[in-house]
Amino acid sequence: MEIDPFIFRLSIFVLAIFVGYYVVWSVTPSLHTPLMSVTNAISSVIIVGAIIAALAGDKRNIFDTANIFGYLAIILAAVNIFGGFLVTHRMLAMYKKKKKGK
Amino acid sequence: MSPNLLAVFYLISGVLFILALRGLSSPETSRQGNFFGIVGMAIAIGVTVISAGNFSTGFILLLILLVLGGSIGAFIAFKIPMTAMPELVAGFHSLVGLAAVFVAISAFLNPEVFNLGTPNNIKIASLIEMSLGGAIGAITFTGSIIAFLKLRGLMSGSPITFLGQHFINLALGLIIIGLVIYLCRTQNEYLFWSIIVLSFLVGVLLIIPIGGADMPVVISMLNSYSGWAAAGIGFTLENTALIITGALVGSSGAILSYIMCKGMNRSFFNVILGGWGATESSSKTTSKDQKPVKSGNADDAAFLMKNASSVIIVPGYGMAVAQAQHALREMVDSLKKSGVKVSYAIHPVAGRMPGHMNVLLAEANVPYDEVFELEDINNDFANCDVAYVIGANDVTNPVAKTDPQSPIYGMPILDVEKSKSVLFVKRSLSPGYAGIDNDLFYRENTLMLFADAKKMTEDITKNL
Repeated sequence: MEIDPFIFRLSIFVLAIFVGYYVVWSVTPSLHTPLMSVTNAISSVIIVGAIIAALAGDKRNIFDTANIFGYLAIILAAVNIFGGFLVTHRMLAMYKKKKKGK
Repeated sequence: MSPNLLAVFYLISGVLFILALRGLSSPETSRQGNFFGIVGMAIAIGVTVISAGNFSTGFILLLILLVLGGSIGAFIAFKIPMTAMPELVAGFHSLVGLAAVFVAISAFLNPEVFNLGTPNNIKIASLIEMSLGGAIGAITFTGSIIAFLKLRGLMSGSPITFLGQHFINLALGLIIIGLVIYLCRTQNEYLFWSIIVLSFLVGVLLIIPIGGADMPVVISMLNSYSGWAAAGIGFTLENTALIITGALVGSSGAILSYIMCKGMNRSFFNVILGGWGATESSSKTTSKDQKPVKSGNADDAAFLMKNASSVIIVPGYGMAVAQAQHALREMVDSLKKSGVKVSYAIHPVAGRMPGHMNVLLAEANVPYDEVFELEDINNDFANCDVAYVIGANDVTNPVAKTDPQSPIYGMPILDVEKSKSVLFVKRSLSPGYAGIDNDLFYRENTLMLFADAKKMTEDITKNL
């Protein structure tokens, strides 16, 4: 019997949880706020689902209900992607080391 | 683009996201990490658009929407003051949650585009995945809205509790599970909508009983939820990038919640099931009002600090409220000029979100190698001349070590009382969030400075 592709995805999922576990424990506590904003930004990769929903289907009728939900999701995710990465960048730019000779 | 190639690209962006988090292990590598994250996102969006193959109207519309959403996001990111970071993050979580709900809805309405079957004949596994993703997304959405309102001060930060609250939550949870099972059997559209609506309700009910100072746990928890919602949608869409990201974000939020709970010596369920403020009223009634308190002014404080050889600053949420971080750094600068050694001590749950104090100090140009975590600096209080407590309270209360009756007993605290003298900036003697009196106020070596944190710090600087 062939293995269901679901099992492969489940394997990726479980392994990624472990990767996340070890990677996040190594994050220095002083960067926990940027960690939250960057995880927020990357979770907006849900935009791929929104794009598929928005662009697919009957190409002459792009204002189907399902498409409209896709458009709305694109806007929400785009706010998050740009907002999340930029605010993380802004925060990280502030973390400076002690200047030498002081 | 072939589906296999597409999957490889999604895997690459998943790996780049892992590197983005990995970069945060030190401030030097963090900026590069953020860059990896951006590249990963660009790849994921790019290949999705190419594979959709619709370069006419749909594509132009997509660009317009991206620019629209992107400029709103960029505008917020540049305008937001650092003190408002907790509510910004809560607000952003709500958007991820709602986006997950919308994607789940369009997958349900138009399953053909995602290869999930046809309407009214969707694969069972996909139905379970999309309803779970949608439900968790909906809980994240309304939960984050409540958290946002509480953090922004638009809603009272005190816990809202009512009889049978936990029972209702449990019942709603069970009903949602029942509806998912029923949905799989009947494919009825209304069941799907009911699941989403009930989940919106659960999100509200879950967060309203949680009080203001427990917000670090709540934000981390909602962070985690937004990840699990993304993973649920990832399974529905059979998309590796989403599955990996969801798992990363989910475990990240869970770890942060754990760290925050440990910082308060409370179990996760204890926090979720309601705040301290609601349950602990008995300990407040003991009359400690008669104890003598020494209070001083900016002059006394300046004198003490100028003649100290080492000073440790203990910032808390009050510093954020008073926006005192810049004034604080100016005071420290003048102290350093007089040869005083200054470091900062941060308690894990100081502020309203993990790492909140660190960001504020970084904003005020405090070098991050002068800022220490609890376990790294706690032994230094014994050798320090002055501890300057600004806006922190419960995290310095010695009763956590001495009084087993106290609600905060066992909570790790900063050993501020061990320093030669303690300067405690506070508006009044009112108890902190835990609703208990702080023993530190009445100690021999404590000098209370009754004033606004920012004003007092500025006055001290003038007197240095």
